[in-house]
Amino acid sequence: MFPFSFEWHWDIGHMVFHGALWYALSILGMGLGYAAIKSFIDLKKGGHH
Amino acid sequence: MKEEHKEGAHGHVEKYKYGMVIDLDKCTGCGACMVACMTENNVPFRKDESDKLVSTAWMRVFKATNGKSYPDIDVCYFPRPCMHCEGDHGHSPCVSVCPAVATDYDFETGIVSQIPTRCFGCRYCMAACPYHARYFNWWDPVWPDKMEKALSPDVSPRMRGVVEKCTFCFHRFQRARDKAYVEGRREIREDEYQTACTQACPADAITFGDLNNHEHEVYKLKKSPYAFRLLERLGTNPKVYYMSTRSWVRREGDNYLKGEKSK
Amino acid sequence: MDSALIPEGVKRCSFGKFALWIGFWSLLMLWALAGAGVCWLKGLNQTNLNDYFGFGAWITADLAIIALGAGAFFTGFMRYILGIEDFKPIINFVVIIGFICYSSALAILALDIGQPLRGWHIFWHANVHSMLTEVAFCISAYFMVLTIEYIPLVLENRQLDKIPLVHHFSHNLHHIMAVFAATGAFLSFFHQGSLGGVAGVLFGRPFAFRQHFAIWPTTFFLFIFSAIACGPCFTILVTRITELITRKKLVKQNVIVKLAKVSGWLLVGYLLVKTLDTVYWAMVTLPNMGVSFMDMYPESPFTIWILIAELGFCGVIPAIILITEKGRNNNLLLIPAAILTCIGICLNRYVMTVQALALPVMPFDNFVNYIPNWAEWVTSLAPFAYGAILISLSYRYLPVFPQEKELNP
Repeated sequence: MFPFSFEWHWDIGHMVFHGALWYALSILGMGLGYAAIKSFIDLKKGGHH
Repeated sequence: MKEEHKEGAHGHVEKYKYGMVIDLDKCTGCGACMVACMTENNVPFRKDESDKLVSTAWMRVFKATNGKSYPDIDVCYFPRPCMHCEGDHGHSPCVSVCPAVATDYDFETGIVSQIPTRCFGCRYCMAACPYHARYFNWWDPVWPDKMEKALSPDVSPRMRGVVEKCTFCFHRFQRARDKAYVEGRREIREDEYQTACTQACPADAITFGDLNNHEHEVYKLKKSPYAFRLLERLGTNPKVYYMSTRSWVRREGDNYLKGEKSK
Repeated sequence: MDSALIPEGVKRCSFGKFALWIGFWSLLMLWALAGAGVCWLKGLNQTNLNDYFGFGAWITADLAIIALGAGAFFTGFMRYILGIEDFKPIINFVVIIGFICYSSALAILALDIGQPLRGWHIFWHANVHSMLTEVAFCISAYFMVLTIEYIPLVLENRQLDKIPLVHHFSHNLHHIMAVFAATGAFLSFFHQGSLGGVAGVLFGRPFAFRQHFAIWPTTFFLFIFSAIACGPCFTILVTRITELITRKKLVKQNVIVKLAKVSGWLLVGYLLVKTLDTVYWAMVTLPNMGVSFMDMYPESPFTIWILIAELGFCGVIPAIILITEKGRNNNLLLIPAAILTCIGICLNRYVMTVQALALPVMPFDNFVNYIPNWAEWVTSLAPFAYGAILISLSYRYLPVFPQEKELNP
């Protein structure tokens, strides 16, 4: 899963697979982060939709 | 004369390519190879071993008949270790599917290894192997009283929930390699590395060695017109060869369509 | 008693009745947990699995559940990516169904492995060439997506929504749901496919092996196709069952009919491709391996009827019903068609795993049969009980069906 595990190879297979995986996970992480931060900002503003 | 550094699958340099030739005309089906293997490799067993679907035998002797009735019936026994497949396209059936790299293809020896402490028991490799050479540890090993003292110190016993299989007695290879290094040699002699089943066979049916080495017996035997491999047509590219002068036995070694000519 | 938690403007049964209902399913869940417990404590020797059937009921249940749960990602895909607004009224419900299916699949996978405590090896020591690795990563990641999609619905509960931060959070999640849905669709296409790949790459097993396109066997594409074809049928079925139990109309007929239409045409497409694949497999792939098509269907229960049942009774018949306007508008035809489609996909997943292993490959090997034992049965069927509980709780306390008020004034 990470480059420091001994079976890791810097080959095309690993790059494509882990590239796609980490891309998807980052989107999820950033999405959640965005929603959380924005919620705190909205709360500070005090507005209720 | 050894064919040095053959280019193997994936472009890796293959130093050795260990394999076996089993003469089925010599095999009597006595099972000494199975016993020797179990002892050598600390293969676990239970009080009741009658259910062969859950009992482990890295080397298993299968029985085949020509399907005829007495007096024309003929029987043949197929000792079946792990075939250490190389695969036609550089993929053994099991190695490519293991999700956790718990089984690996060693390009130095051509041996398919198994890492029991890495394996988490998904059994995908067992599904992939058409030879049923892989076994799951349904139970934790329990040895009869005092037998633990007789276990081989070179092979770790495996725990419940992981897959195990024949390793061509890889620990013997390690031992032979260490000995050779200590003696200042870089090559291992044919007699220095032999598997337990090979040595135990009273009929001398099993021959083991480097399939790439012209001087090894297996190199000559595999070229016999009577030599064949199990399920070759699937593209598994196994390293275990069988030999028989009986044509029905050779036909039993693979699947053929009706009317199709066999090897 | 719990009226403060129930959404405004809708009617629900008494708490006592509800508690009895949940209690009944909880008992079944306890039974399943007992089955799971003995397997986890004592090991897989508590099952009828063996060295010839390393894959059994669990893997079939897993593959089937995931295929049935495909309605979640595919409806999400149609709603958020293709922008088909017709599916908006059912999107909450498909998320719940998907969540149930995927969490069940993960739980069953945790049972199916010999050393569950080492399950993390599949991530940590990932072999990127293994289809199972792809499955594990995609399912886990997609389960995260489903959880993210489910959270806002939970937060919309009347009491939770009163908390300002919770209200903002659920609103903001809703706001970017299309991003999550797109990621989910991407992950889902891959794992539905790689589940097919799990079988299709087994070149040691003539029954499962298929020709490859690029790095993927044809089963990769067939599994995606069949999953998106049957997923909507499962959604229809669960919706109708929920309506039957609650004795209320919850989703407008046009939504259901549209789902049926999508499902029907996808099923037609799938059947065409599957037939081509089967013909190629029978005429080219198998003969190259030295086996004939009929060798693959040697004896009960694996006779040619299993293929006829899968593609004919559970394929062609429901497809005809679903693509005809009269068929999908008639509940007496629609529901059996949905049931048949779901049975068909379960059969497909069953043969691709269990039949693939049951057929001996070495000519001198024996045909062995396998029947799951109680521990395997109860745990494989547990998703029904778990699903009933989660759907009941969601229906009672969350605004799952936006059309409910309108349909039940």
